[in-house]
Amino acid sequence: MAKKVGMEGSLAVSEAVKLANTDVVAAYPITPQTHIVESLAEMVANGDLDAEYIPVESEHSAMSACLGSSAVGARTFTATAGQGLELMHEVLYVASSMRLPIVMAVANRALSSPLSVWGDHSDVMAVRDCGWIQVFAENAQEAHDLVLWAFRVGEDTNVLFPVMVNIDGFNLSHVTEPLLLMEQADVDKYLPVNKYPLPLHPDKPVTMGAFGPPFIYTEAKKAQEVAFQNTKETILKGWDEFEKVFGRRYSPIETYQADDAETLLLTMGSLSETASLAVDNMREQGKKVGLVKIRLWRPFPFEEFRKTVKNANVLVVLDRCLSFGGPGGPVASEVRSALYDQANRPKVVSLIGGLGGRDVTPQNFEYMVDRGLEIAEKGSDSEYEMIGVRK
Amino acid sequence: MPITEVRWHGRGGQGAVTSTELIALAAINKEKYAQSFPSFGPERRGAPVQAFLRVGDEPIRVRSEITEPDVVVVLNPDLFESVDVTSGLKENGILVINTRKSLEEVKATYGKGHRVAIVNAMKIARESIGLPITNTTMMGALLKVAPLVELDDMIGPLEHRFGKVAEKNITAMKRAYQEIVVEGQ
Repeated sequence: MAKKVGMEGSLAVSEAVKLANTDVVAAYPITPQTHIVESLAEMVANGDLDAEYIPVESEHSAMSACLGSSAVGARTFTATAGQGLELMHEVLYVASSMRLPIVMAVANRALSSPLSVWGDHSDVMAVRDCGWIQVFAENAQEAHDLVLWAFRVGEDTNVLFPVMVNIDGFNLSHVTEPLLLMEQADVDKYLPVNKYPLPLHPDKPVTMGAFGPPFIYTEAKKAQEVAFQNTKETILKGWDEFEKVFGRRYSPIETYQADDAETLLLTMGSLSETASLAVDNMREQGKKVGLVKIRLWRPFPFEEFRKTVKNANVLVVLDRCLSFGGPGGPVASEVRSALYDQANRPKVVSLIGGLGGRDVTPQNFEYMVDRGLEIAEKGSDSEYEMIGVRK
Repeated sequence: MPITEVRWHGRGGQGAVTSTELIALAAINKEKYAQSFPSFGPERRGAPVQAFLRVGDEPIRVRSEITEPDVVVVLNPDLFESVDVTSGLKENGILVINTRKSLEEVKATYGKGHRVAIVNAMKIARESIGLPITNTTMMGALLKVAPLVELDDMIGPLEHRFGKVAEKNITAMKRAYQEIVVEGQ
């Protein structure tokens, strides 16, 4: 029987890394990710986790060290946030293009300036095209579960891509809450040994990440793209198997009270639980409101998404990130694009909020629905609207 | 039990965050739902900080800060000068203060629109723990006015966190539970 414990979101992540019997952790501490790597360093120092902990001088080096350890076939984990993720940026592309199944938790944080250590999704949205599988967790349980799932999916020889598990900085990383801690026996049943097919080894030299002149670069990228699209099957299988072993169900798109909803709110990450309270309130007022949550951000689950929203009139998207001078928040832009060719589709309203740790309350979500309906009906002279801005 | 919301006020380093976490852990051990978190940001020793605690019998979905608490706990009476500690405190809510002052004095100054409770936690902590650290003492005070968990439910989490010095903290907590003076009781 899995044990119910109270645990901080960050520790829920490190406990999963420990249960996965990770071989290498290379990380640089940065708020609000710090508790994850602090606790892992402690586990390694105490002998609770038989891993190599590589302290590095920057996030660029952290991810570079992860490339090396993953390439020899070691199970590799790192974590970062905000500026740290941006400093890793170029190496993220190397990890995915070299097909290295690194798992990384990102305690999502705003980007400077002004300097902010607080949460939003600016960091992950700036790396959305880096070729990593990307998921969002809503609470500590999901953070715990998805880290384990990430190892299984990333290391599967049908996948071999790095996986990023997004947990909201502070709102998830720093909250102590109940969760069912996985049992080692169940973890061992679920997660096979990492068998990286062509590891670096002095006895069997291979070249990885070679030069790609114009005659081959396009083909290399096509191969990567096809392989990335093909990860979906293993991603879903990973969740099916997870349910069989642990009894908890995950899906690319998840919903709350969405079946008959005329208006849908769309969120990602820890604000989804808060939004569900607003949905309850509005349902009590007789408003047909529901909630759509994107769990799987990359590869984007087009089919599931279109099916989920097709009967709604209005889809109000909350982005926790700005795309300056762009067509809307990154999520709103993508879902609008995903729906453009569809015969039945809701109007998409792009709202931006919850930036840099600004609290988002259930009342704020109720406002978003009302404002979204107003914009959908009367139109607006801008592509997107920032909410909760003090005048 | 509907969800009870408690906001702690202290200064960085005084242990408000630890207290909320320990009570949350105790509640979760008793199959309740609970959530605790600090006022987010860089940790600054000595600066006013808040810590938040929700306990209830149903899953807690809200993750925003507590702006309309049922109970406010004040670790340090000098905070009244710089922080609006009673901000949003519910009308039938209660303000629990570590102070040397009498209930009447406190009521006259800070008791408008809600109940107050006082305990000389500094004295208890000095005598029982030998240190001027009041966070574990104030847990006893809080549990008297808001029975989120039984006093004995705290022993496990306190022992786990404090090891050898847990016993002194448990004594201080129990004393505050006894010595607290609650308006109308």
